Amino acid sequence: MLEGLMIGLSTALSLEMLLMVIGGCLIGTFIGMLPGLGPMSIIAIMIPVAISIGDPAAALILLAGVYYGAIFGGSTSSILINAPGVAGTVATSFDGYPMARAGKAGKALTIAAVASFCGGTVGAILLMGFAPMLASVALLFHSAEYFALMVVGLSAIAAFAGNGQVTKALAMTLLGLMLATVGESALFNMPRFTYGMLNLQSGIGFITLAMAMFALPEALFLILDPSRSKSSSEQQQAIKNLRISKQEAKSIAPVVGRQSVLGFLIGVLPGAGATIASFLGYAVERNLNTNSKDVEFGKGSIKGLAAPETANNAACTGSFVPLLTLGIPGSGTTAILLGALIALNVTPGPRLMVDQPAIFWSVIISMYIGNLVLLILNLPLIPYIAKILTVPRAYLIPFILFFTLMGVYIGQNNAVELMILIVLGVLATIFRFAGYPLAPLLIGFILGPMLENNFSRSVQLFDGISFLWERPMTGGLLAIALLLVLLPTCRHWLEQRKKAITANS
Amino acid sequence: MKKRFSLKSILLTASAVCAFQLSASSYAVDSIHFLIPGGAGGGWDGTARGTGEALTKSGIVKQASYENMSGGGGGKAIGYLIENAKSNQDTLMVNSTPIVIRSLTKVFPQNFRDLTMVAGTIGDYAAFVVDKDSPYKSFSDVVDSFKSDPKKVAIGGGSVPGGMDHLVAAMAFQAAGEDPIKVKYIAYDAGGKAMASLLSGEISVLSTGLSEAIALADAGEVRILATTAPERIPAAPNAKTLKEQGVDTQFVNWRGFFAAPGISQEKRQQYITALNKMYETPEWEAVRARNGWVNIYNPGDDFTVFLEDQEKVIGDLMRKLGFL
Repeated sequence: MLEGLMIGLSTALSLEMLLMVIGGCLIGTFIGMLPGLGPMSIIAIMIPVAISIGDPAAALILLAGVYYGAIFGGSTSSILINAPGVAGTVATSFDGYPMARAGKAGKALTIAAVASFCGGTVGAILLMGFAPMLASVALLFHSAEYFALMVVGLSAIAAFAGNGQVTKALAMTLLGLMLATVGESALFNMPRFTYGMLNLQSGIGFITLAMAMFALPEALFLILDPSRSKSSSEQQQAIKNLRISKQEAKSIAPVVGRQSVLGFLIGVLPGAGATIASFLGYAVERNLNTNSKDVEFGKGSIKGLAAPETANNAACTGSFVPLLTLGIPGSGTTAILLGALIALNVTPGPRLMVDQPAIFWSVIISMYIGNLVLLILNLPLIPYIAKILTVPRAYLIPFILFFTLMGVYIGQNNAVELMILIVLGVLATIFRFAGYPLAPLLIGFILGPMLENNFSRSVQLFDGISFLWERPMTGGLLAIALLLVLLPTCRHWLEQRKKAITANS
Repeated sequence: MKKRFSLKSILLTASAVCAFQLSASSYAVDSIHFLIPGGAGGGWDGTARGTGEALTKSGIVKQASYENMSGGGGGKAIGYLIENAKSNQDTLMVNSTPIVIRSLTKVFPQNFRDLTMVAGTIGDYAAFVVDKDSPYKSFSDVVDSFKSDPKKVAIGGGSVPGGMDHLVAAMAFQAAGEDPIKVKYIAYDAGGKAMASLLSGEISVLSTGLSEAIALADAGEVRILATTAPERIPAAPNAKTLKEQGVDTQFVNWRGFFAAPGISQEKRQQYITALNKMYETPEWEAVRARNGWVNIYNPGDDFTVFLEDQEKVIGDLMRKLGFL
């Protein structure tokens, strides 16, 4: 292994390769900030460029740089304008955007950058040390376990069910699950709930819904409520402030540590990936957050920002385990990477490490370097990026609306998507006025198809629902989900009782 | 998940147009507008852009442009081409086996007869794959096990029930003398996920495309039990065909091109000539090799006969399976 590591180091550290990483990171970061373009599209754009380089190691290093850059860029639009362009950064906006609204955009971006760096780096180290061993972990989960894992992911909703809003949060989750059933599904031959409309055939696009639920109502609220966007000169200073205090660093350190490992392991599973990792990370950390002095989750908590950011980056690295060791793409992005690898005459699989050690190791080393380069490149840029928010309202709102509309159109080249966006956006604004949380709807929408598909596959395989008790891991995961939902409620109830007792005495 | 973007299309169109402003007037066709019924990055998109690239770079066609029109499982583009036939004389629409399946299931009201059939250009056979440690050594082992208990043989694939991977499995069991309705088909939303579940032991046989199967077998994790090719293909000399194993059935997932209805016979011939010439060029060979495609050329009236035959086979099977 050490020998391979040295080959990888010497390949990845040459000037040419370093330039590839830096170029890739920059391209990825800037294109990734546009809401409509996630890592998958950007990598697809860059593949012809990478293939024309010819050298597989250089091409992969470039693509890895683009990948990391795009993930980082994606969280920027979530934090600054509440427009998560990919499902993996939805959870980032839960606390990132409230922080930006509170005038702490610079700090939020810094935490996101540092958390991403840690997640990615720990992931790369785990990948380096344990990739061949982890190949078997990737195959541990059957559909039944994936179903249970989605249920655990749904428990992140509990975070939005506080303050007696349980019914509202559940109603929104159900609405999200229902919206997810529109169109052709992976398991049914017939399209559902399209009412004969061709444009609903492929279902409602994720980006369309995310923009309609988050970015559009936000822009409308900025118009309706001028006080939301007023920023004093003091706040303008704070926006650019990147500094994380020692205390803050201390409070997010354990979060980052836990989520790096958890996120990586979730990423290794071919049917889970960065989105599940980020929701799960958010749900777990919310439950572990017993210190009542901290800001509540969902209202601008730094832990709530660090958890999903760490987890989704670690998961992205983890998704390379099945790709490099088994040749199985676990996500859309790795599927595209697999295509590029095959075009470069590299066959990923158990023999890659033996047959082409230079490629295997330089990819892993470049992941580490990519993360480092990203951090170094981006920290000085953050004050400038954050400054977008100090742009006067009259210019900022059209800017947000433009990016929202463009993001939706660019994905499908279909103008009908824009109409769907506006209808859903108006609905979302009404929901917000009525005090219904919108995040559960989006979580339900994202997890819905995976929940349904894995459940129906398991029912088909087991001729019934006996998998719920016949497979111990499924039962275990479901028990964890139950705990995650019930614990905060119990804790709340106990506190109330304690208060009542002290008040009585 | 399909992601689409237009930047790539702009870049590619620009480069295709700029690179070949050749002065020679010996083009088979002056310009072709490729209509792609799905988003950028998918199989249809790659086929159209790859074909356009080879045609322009080799100087057979002066210029090519591309338009992605997704929606309705491809139905939107078909409807558009039929309604605007007069203004789309230079348009070629890319399509593949699903046009047959989806018009049978009435996803869209039109079918291939409403268009001008130009040619099938490339294709991929189907294959059955098992884990390297699987007890199944041949397709007849699978059939034997199916005979004793059909519920024990879970066959997975990356398409919906009634989709291609399912139909191929049903077709093979029917040809082996078994009841295709009893095939326990487990659908996954992507080929990669179906493959993972084969390795994890959730399913025992994977029904997939041959080119994908070859890549997986090269990695050493799986064995190819049988292919639906008429004879063994050079890329996988050890993979036996179903026919060799006494199961008389064949299947090819084709991709090809259609023009607007009512174009002149002369124009149709021009397209066929252009595509015909393309196969000889190194530019096409580069595109083909890069994508791992198999040349399965099926021009003009042969294409019509092929499509009608495929429609009949698939239609009969789907009726039997209860999808129609």
